[in-house]
Amino acid sequence: MSTQTEQGGRILTYVDAIREALTQEMEADESVFVFGLDVDDHKGIQGSTKGLVEKFGPERVFTTPLSEDAMTGAAIGAAMTGMRPVHVHIRMDFLMLAMNQLVNMAAKTHYMYAGAYKVPMVVRSMIGKSWGQGAQHSQGLHSMFAHVPGLKVVAPANAYDVKGCLISAIRDNNPVIFMEHRLLYFTDAYVPEQSYALPFGKARTHGPGDGKGGDVTLVGVSNMVMECLRARELLADAGVAAEVIDPVTLVPLDFESIAASAKRTGKVVIVDNAWLNCGFSAEIAARIAERDDLRHVRIRRMGYAPTTCPTTPWLEKEFYPNPVTIAGEAYALARPDGAKWTPDPKHAELAYQAKFRGPF
Amino acid sequence: MIRNSDLVERLYRGLRLVRRAEERVAEIYPSDKIKSPVHLSIGQEAASVAVCDVLGPDDIVGGTYRGHALYLAKGGTLRGMLAEMYGKATGAAGGKGGSMHLVSAEHNVLGATAVVGTNIPIAVGAALSAKMRRSGQVVACFFGDGASEEGVFAESLNFAALKNLPILFVCENNFYAIHEPLDKRWATRRLCERVATYGIPTHLIDNDDVLAMHDASKAAVERIRAGGGPEFIEYHAYRLREHVGPNEDFSAGYRTDTEAEPWRALDQVTVLAAMLDDKRRAEIDADVEAEIAEAEKFAEESQPPALEELHRHVYAD
Repeated sequence: MSTQTEQGGRILTYVDAIREALTQEMEADESVFVFGLDVDDHKGIQGSTKGLVEKFGPERVFTTPLSEDAMTGAAIGAAMTGMRPVHVHIRMDFLMLAMNQLVNMAAKTHYMYAGAYKVPMVVRSMIGKSWGQGAQHSQGLHSMFAHVPGLKVVAPANAYDVKGCLISAIRDNNPVIFMEHRLLYFTDAYVPEQSYALPFGKARTHGPGDGKGGDVTLVGVSNMVMECLRARELLADAGVAAEVIDPVTLVPLDFESIAASAKRTGKVVIVDNAWLNCGFSAEIAARIAERDDLRHVRIRRMGYAPTTCPTTPWLEKEFYPNPVTIAGEAYALARPDGAKWTPDPKHAELAYQAKFRGPF
Repeated sequence: MIRNSDLVERLYRGLRLVRRAEERVAEIYPSDKIKSPVHLSIGQEAASVAVCDVLGPDDIVGGTYRGHALYLAKGGTLRGMLAEMYGKATGAAGGKGGSMHLVSAEHNVLGATAVVGTNIPIAVGAALSAKMRRSGQVVACFFGDGASEEGVFAESLNFAALKNLPILFVCENNFYAIHEPLDKRWATRRLCERVATYGIPTHLIDNDDVLAMHDASKAAVERIRAGGGPEFIEYHAYRLREHVGPNEDFSAGYRTDTEAEPWRALDQVTVLAAMLDDKRRAEIDADVEAEIAEAEKFAEESQPPALEELHRHVYAD
């Protein structure tokens, strides 16, 4: 903590870290602009773009017609000709309207034109959860984007990473799908005030804290990192030490950090913020299975129920993995012959409120 | 009738180059030396040649898979085009794009797309960028009648008009999407009216006339460059070959040779040839043939890409 403070770190929320990254990059580079429906209104995308239009003017911060397809193409065309657009969508679900441009153009332009044009653009979008977000405001669609060569996919899970990754994404000469999560917006962490860029392809390992290698590895994506950290607290009650790996960037993927942890623990629970079928969790499982030195590793996958997300809270609760179900799955994997265990309900309730501030 | 011999010579040369290059492509095609599907613009070269004559070197164009005419008219090299079709390392995109994705950053050819309508918002983005950078560039965006049916066309028109962007939209209406005629696809033929509702000035040239297109686009580009905002030209011309491939397809049954007759009579290569004296025309023709022969030799003799090229360019540094 003191180290972070000496570096200018102070406690900052995820949403404020996003806004700070945008502000600093717009100050540093005139070619950066921010656009998307509602970026300049009084709410400013849950606060993440609030104040930018006052600071940088309506030419560099502007709302758009409800035309995700054309607006994505416009971002690509602007990026090809010297600008660095940040295109903002308040929900990831809306990216389905931009799929043609993202998959057929953004991802392929640099390749099919043999490097003649680059597409340095950022597509920010937010995954929703809870309070009736339902079928079309809750989807984590990163696996679709991670499938396509040419796109980078980033899913920061804390305030420190979101600032450093957004700055890197803006400076990157490729299209970056930048995935945020609504429930992470008000989490906080120590975040340096100065600008910093975090390298893509470097996972964050939250060590097991047992002085050894840990009993089980939890790999979480986006908000599921938070849920895995909460599950880790619960698992400690049962004497199970969990190491939590946050890939941070899905493409490029730091598989070696996952492999190193898997090798130590021999047990991996992959908790995706998405469905399992043909998804990112399947990719990690397959890569583990393909490695001869990880032949001993046992794998479980968790994610959305194989259903559409319902709105009613009674069903929605069942739709997502949570600290209790993650801890239960991890315990069963780590202690296959152990006594049956479920987390203490009181601790489980507290775990939901647990904050993880780093330092990261 | 000679209006301006320099202009007529330039336009004739441009038309003749595209026509003869594509005729040569069609001749070579059965040999399998060309490793790419080809969508020939024979019969509809004029819009690209006229508009690109009006544009300056810094101006930007974006086109479609039927894009040989646009690429060549904007200054892309025939060497690069043929080598690209042959799949050689010296091609416009190193053999990675083929006939449908011709590109030349040097000549501000933004590239060409194979998913219909997809290039339209890309060109709009380039116009947005030109405006934000205060570069003075004008963008010309080419697409066909089919693209006007895509939702992104309407979205793009609205945004270009809303932001008063420096862009000329050029719809080359050849009346067919692959083999499907306009009347099976359009509720009405009032395309210019549809576009005009966005507050965009529209112009219709319905008789494949390169000089009329030159006049119309010259005036439009001047207004656009002066800050007048987007304009739209619908240009009627006829695709004389099949949708994809080197042949005519009037025996296929979806259209008739009789339908093509009036368009053959309007053929702009022939019309402009008649405006030049025989000697000058013969010189231009000889130049064009020499350029084609040289480009063909270049494509033949160029090397295929090294195998490691497969993995290059997935991401930019």
